[in-house]
Amino acid sequence: MFPRIPMLSYDVVVIGGGPAGMAAAIRAKELGLKVLLLDENDYLGGILPQCIHPGFGLHYYKEELTGPEFASRLAKRLVELGVEYKTATRVLEIKNYSDLEKVVIFTSPSGAYQAWAKAVIYAAGARERHAFEIGIVGDRVSGIYTAGEAQTLMDIYGIMPGKEIVIVGSGDVGLIMARRFALEGAKVKAVVELMPYPGGLARNVMILRDFNIPLYLSHKVVEVRGKGRVERVKVVRVDENLNEIPGSEFWIEADTLIISAGLVPSVKKLKAIGVEIDPATGGPVVNDRLETSVPGIFVAGNSLLINDLVDYVAEQGELAAEGAKEFIENGGIESRKWVKVEKGENVRLLVPHYLSGDRDVYLYLRVSKPMEDVELRIPEIGKRMKLPVVKPAEMLRIKLRAEEIRKAKKLTVEVVKA
Amino acid sequence: MIYRFTCIVCPLGCSIEVEMEDGKVKEVRGCTCPRGKEWAIQEVTNPKRVVMSVVPVEGGALPTVSVKTAEPVPKEKIPELMKFLSKLKLKAPVKVGETVAEWEGIKIVATRGA
Repeated sequence: MFPRIPMLSYDVVVIGGGPAGMAAAIRAKELGLKVLLLDENDYLGGILPQCIHPGFGLHYYKEELTGPEFASRLAKRLVELGVEYKTATRVLEIKNYSDLEKVVIFTSPSGAYQAWAKAVIYAAGARERHAFEIGIVGDRVSGIYTAGEAQTLMDIYGIMPGKEIVIVGSGDVGLIMARRFALEGAKVKAVVELMPYPGGLARNVMILRDFNIPLYLSHKVVEVRGKGRVERVKVVRVDENLNEIPGSEFWIEADTLIISAGLVPSVKKLKAIGVEIDPATGGPVVNDRLETSVPGIFVAGNSLLINDLVDYVAEQGELAAEGAKEFIENGGIESRKWVKVEKGENVRLLVPHYLSGDRDVYLYLRVSKPMEDVELRIPEIGKRMKLPVVKPAEMLRIKLRAEEIRKAKKLTVEVVKA
Repeated sequence: MIYRFTCIVCPLGCSIEVEMEDGKVKEVRGCTCPRGKEWAIQEVTNPKRVVMSVVPVEGGALPTVSVKTAEPVPKEKIPELMKFLSKLKLKAPVKVGETVAEWEGIKIVATRGA
C-alpha cells in the first residue's frame, strides 16, 4: 500500500467530470452519499464546453441548449449541492480490494492521493480514433488533427487549425466541424465517408448543403503527402465490400486533414481490474443498474457505449448513482435471476445486457444497417414497435416495463421489416 | 424547380419535396405533419439558422467565450454576422446567458461564462 499518500474516504468516487460524471455525482449527493468527483481537465464539462452548437438538452432540460450551456447547468447544480470535486487530476489506478473496499489512486497539482470508496462510478468518456487506426499512410506532417482536437483549438482557445480542410468521416462530429470551419472562413474541400450513406443525423447532414461542401460517399482517404505540413491527400473509391477500387484514386489539395472516424469507449482502467467488455459496444457488460461485472464498479456515458445525445449520457449518470446507492446500502446489488438481453436481426449493439425485472429500464441500441418501415420486436414477450426509419447513426432508446421483463427468461431484440 | 431534403423538425426525418414555380411554392410533398410543411416552405423561401461562434475574452479562465444568436438569422446574412463577430472582444466577467452585443436588432448571447 502507499502509507505516505494521504488517504481520503468516500461512499463513491466518480471518475470523469463530463455530463455523465456530473449527473452521477449530483444524483449521488442528492441521495445522501459522500461523493468525490475527479476530472483530468482544468475545467468541468468534459467535451461539452467546446461543443458550442445548439442541439443539447431537449430531453433532459426540455429546451434546446448549446454544449457549454448544458455543462454550466450541471456544474451550477454540482456547486449548489456542495459536491466535492477536483480538476486537473489523473487517475493512476483503481484497486478493487473487496466488494465494498475500492481505492482510487490519483495525482493532482497538490500531490498524490488515495481515495477509499465503497463504489466507483466510471464516466471517463471515450477517445477519438486517429489517422493510423483507419489505415492512412504517408508523410509525418503537421496539420492532421482529430475533430475533437480541432474543436478544442477553435472553440476553447480561438485558434484556427488550417485554411483548406479535408474531413474524414460524416458522423455528427465531422459534420459539425465542417460547419465550424466554413463559418470561420476556411474552405472545406471535402467530407470523405467510407460508407455508402452519411453517418450523421439528418439535421447535421443539411450543413453540407448550407455551405456547398462536397460529400464523397463510399470513399476513403488513404494517404497524406507534404513537406512539414499537409499539402495533399489521396482519396480512393470503395466498392460495396469496402475494398478500394483500383484506378479510382484522386488527390485533393489541402493544408489540414481532420479525422472524425468515430469514438472508442475509454475502458483501460476497467480492463485492468478485470471488468468484462462487450466487443460490440467497446464498453463494459452491465446490468440494469449499470453495474459492471466487478461488483460496485458502475459505468455511465460514453465509457458505457457511444451515445449521440448528451441527454442519455446524463440519464445514465443518474442511473449509475442510484445503483451505487443501492449497492452501498445493501452491501451489494442483490443477486437475482437476471434476464439476459440478446441481439437479434439488425441489432449491432445493445445495453444493458442483464435486466432484473424489478424496475422499468431503457434499452439503448443501434442497428447494423439503415432500413425503412421496420418493427422493433421482442418475440418472447410479444412486444412490437413500428419505426419509420432506422439508421446506424441514430441510437434507439426503448422503454421496457418491469412486468414485461419478468415475463421471460431471456429477451431477444430484433429490427425487421414490418 | 424541385427541392428535396430530409425534414429535421422531429426525429421521424420525412423526405420532403418542395416544388417551386416562378419563385412561389407550388406543392409540398412527403411531410406527415403541418410543422414539417411550414419548415419546408421556410427552408426554400427564407432559410434561417441560429449562428454560434467564439469571441476572445480578456481575463477569463479560458481565452474565449462561446456565443450564439438569440434567434435564427437569415442564411444569406450569416457571412456578414460572422464578420461582425470576428471584431468583437470581451472582458471578463461574462455570465452564461448575458447579452454581449447586438447586431441588426439580434442579440448575441454568451453561452459560456468567463
